[in-house]
Amino acid sequence: MDYLRQFWVVSAKDLRAEFRTKEAINASLAFALVILVLFSFAFDAADLEAAAMNEISGGLLWIAFAFAGTLVLNRSFVRELPNDCLDGLIAAPISRSALFLGKAFANFALVLAVELVSLPVFGIFYHVRWARQAPELMLVLVLGTWGVTVIGTITSALTVNIKLREVMLPMLTYPILVPALMSAMQLTTKLMAGEAIGEDTMLWLKMLIGFDVIYTAVSLLLIEVVLIG
Amino acid sequence: MIFVYAPAGFAAILAFAVAVAASVMFLRNKNLWFDALAVSATEVGLGFLAVNLAAGVVWSYQTRAIWWTWDPAVASALVCGLVYASYLMLRRAVEEPSQRATFSAVWSIFCFIDAPLVTAAVYRWRALHPHRSLWADVAAVSQTALAATTAATLALAAVLLVLRLRQQNTRRQRESARRIAQAM
Repeated sequence: MDYLRQFWVVSAKDLRAEFRTKEAINASLAFALVILVLFSFAFDAADLEAAAMNEISGGLLWIAFAFAGTLVLNRSFVRELPNDCLDGLIAAPISRSALFLGKAFANFALVLAVELVSLPVFGIFYHVRWARQAPELMLVLVLGTWGVTVIGTITSALTVNIKLREVMLPMLTYPILVPALMSAMQLTTKLMAGEAIGEDTMLWLKMLIGFDVIYTAVSLLLIEVVLIG
Repeated sequence: MIFVYAPAGFAAILAFAVAVAASVMFLRNKNLWFDALAVSATEVGLGFLAVNLAAGVVWSYQTRAIWWTWDPAVASALVCGLVYASYLMLRRAVEEPSQRATFSAVWSIFCFIDAPLVTAAVYRWRALHPHRSLWADVAAVSQTALAATTAATLALAAVLLVLRLRQQNTRRQRESARRIAQAM
């Protein structure tokens, strides 16, 4: 019970700080929309056939999500640097894994919010009927975003004190995220084409769930070492 | 090419296994010797992975006259290479030695877990495109000759690992000596 409260206090603090300053979410949302518009120069969206558009939609969306997510994740621990807030958080009598989970959850909520705004915009710009399998798509969105945020949050903790941290975070996260992003892209493409989750897509879903479970467990195990040394 | 490809890949996998074991040992007893072992093993592993990748590309050209075909065995080696390159990047960015050792040990564990996931994902991704399997060619050559080259390659990897480990340790001692000198 105590653990849940600690988790919630950290998450609520991060979300409250973010809603007051709006520094990460505004940038991230604007960035996501800019990327979605830029994609239209890579191919002619008006002339592309619906089937061809569906084929690339999962990939386009997740590239935009991963890029925009980085902006939120970069801020996660950097926000605690002024006034030595990070030292205060580490010294606070709370479980370090609750601290990590709380921060990861706050990031998750922010990135998911950006995604939920970009998704209809994407649908309108590229004439994609994205809501044909809405509940399954939400599940993939939640699982994929959790994968991105759990890796992103621990990388944010790793890079908080080093020079070039804005460059390092994407350098570290994207290669590690390959299995999760690949699963999410494949699943999103299939679901947007209106296919139900079948035998083939189930394997990708399992891969995505496995990635989330493994990396959440390992991060919780190692966060103590990362924060305290 | 198979005689270069398979032993180099095997040596790379073993080197990464040594690196992750050394990283776990470092996190348990904070002895910087294990950190030096982890970075040496990762560097040797990346070297052999590069050889494996190059051999895979040449194999692809020999069999299909195209340099890069997104063959799952070759493509997954490339992604694993990118994952482990991030380990070396992280090391360069962190300056304080004990923090560098701790962070890179954590990252080494992340990388090692990622390798089988990447491989599974890439194989699954390319499964829809039928292709001539590289592994069929590996199974077709003389297995005794393959075992002999693998043994020789592993011996070479071990020698490189020891050399690099000695360099790393010397560098660490030099740096700590310099730090003491500056403190005085």
